[in-house]
Amino acid sequence: MGRMSLAQSHNPAENTGAALELLDVLCTLLLGAEDELNGLDRAIGDGDHGGNLARASRSLSELRPELAELSMGEAVTRAGRAVVMSVGGASGPLYGTLLMEMGKALPDEPGPGDWAAAFAAGVDGVARRGRSAEGDKTMLDVLAPASRALSEEASADLHEALAAMRAAAEDGFETSRGLRAKRGRAAYVGERSVGHDDPGARSALLCVGAVADFLGENKG
Amino acid sequence: MRKFLNNPADAVDESLRGFARCHADLVELVERPRYVKRQRLTQGKTAIISGGGSGHDPLHAGLVGRGMLDAAVPGEIFSSPSVEQILAAAEAVGGEAGLLCLIKNYSGDIMNFELAMEMFDRPHASVIIEDDIGAAGGDDTVGRRGVAGTVVVEKLAGAAAERGEGLEACAEIARRAAAATRTIGVALGGCQVPSADKANLELAPGEMEIGIGIHGEPGRRRAPIAPANEIVEELIEALIADFSPSPDDPLLLFVNGLGGTPPMETYIIYDAAARMLAARGLTVARSLVAPLVTSLEMPGASITLTKMEDGFLDLWDDPVVTPGLRWGA
Repeated sequence: MGRMSLAQSHNPAENTGAALELLDVLCTLLLGAEDELNGLDRAIGDGDHGGNLARASRSLSELRPELAELSMGEAVTRAGRAVVMSVGGASGPLYGTLLMEMGKALPDEPGPGDWAAAFAAGVDGVARRGRSAEGDKTMLDVLAPASRALSEEASADLHEALAAMRAAAEDGFETSRGLRAKRGRAAYVGERSVGHDDPGARSALLCVGAVADFLGENKG
Repeated sequence: MRKFLNNPADAVDESLRGFARCHADLVELVERPRYVKRQRLTQGKTAIISGGGSGHDPLHAGLVGRGMLDAAVPGEIFSSPSVEQILAAAEAVGGEAGLLCLIKNYSGDIMNFELAMEMFDRPHASVIIEDDIGAAGGDDTVGRRGVAGTVVVEKLAGAAAERGEGLEACAEIARRAAAATRTIGVALGGCQVPSADKANLELAPGEMEIGIGIHGEPGRRRAPIAPANEIVEELIEALIADFSPSPDDPLLLFVNGLGGTPPMETYIIYDAAARMLAARGLTVARSLVAPLVTSLEMPGASITLTKMEDGFLDLWDDPVVTPGLRWGA
């Protein structure tokens, strides 16, 4: 077994420790994407998406020692709560809810099917909190198809499941570009949002891609 | 970038420290988590808080004080405050008499206030403000943006709370005031968030954006800059078409500067607007010209009309003592 995989270790702390390496990857990625995401947001929204995710990343990095002491489910829930409580913007409640609902759904020793179910629970939470659905030109355009693909393929080969999740996320992102925004600040610009990349969909695509890379490379 | 800054990331905190130091007789700044509250709270009164992204000063912190808000929760620039900030402010000022949250209609503000109120265990109510008719796309999926009309709602509800009205009565005043208020803005240029490398809204020289949002979000139409009278005519037409005030409705006419337009010009706008309303047989009963809901350094202005329903004129005239707005005291 490698450092981290969708398969389980029987030591909950070991699972969490490995997941923290993935957390580090995501935080570094989002800090590096701050300007790009702010730029996308300026075009159709208020220009704060990258800054909010950078703030979330910094707050999670500070929380790392605390997370290392928890089981997987508790750590993911705790991380989500920190994002919900401290980040603000629209990203704080949405990404924080994604993590909180995922964490609540995770058993102590999650296997691939558990991760897929947890991801689905997280995506449902985002839809409820944002009163939004796939097709509204939001992060759900990427998260929802990615989650469905992972659920469908979770019992198959891990590489295939990750590839399907990534492909679905990329397709969702491409489709989203042509949509008219119905949620978030971009919704106020109506037709003028068509053809622009939604910043939330973009950050979701970055994260899904990074998760697929990390788990694929570290498959045991 | 022509701005007075130290570290751009510290701009909100440094500005609030200066604000609180200058107005120490009226307000107190709590830094972690960040909120501004009245220097002296009135026990047993319905408490009113508002909040949202920073960069719109004096909204909201500058409207904390007697006759208006009990606390304000400033987020990062143009970004909703966090749940822990909102909860801390609510717990500091909201007692058993109840807490009213006045929320501008942006998804981030709504979600963060909603999450905070789910964790707040005293009586509370929330009213969403969506007065901006500027954007073309605001349909029934998200409603409209909350902009300068927020000042009117905060003033009227704040006066009701100061008179000793209960939570439900104050919430009802706020709902009625929000429903009776419409705003439209126009920008002659963009604004730049201190930490950003580019402006929000890029207008070519000589262009204007009709229906601009207070974060530089696009409005309904981009056009060459026209004489003030023509611009105001378009704004007034749009407002009247949207909520059809009748000659029997006394109106509040509020001309708001967006940060980069001097009072000389906002009074030109006010004069044109008042003339055009009078020419249509409409009655301007109260007036206000001030930059109260700004968008950093944006050159531009907005016009707000409120139908002053029963009781609104008296509530408007009640004393208010805040850093940004004061009269009658």
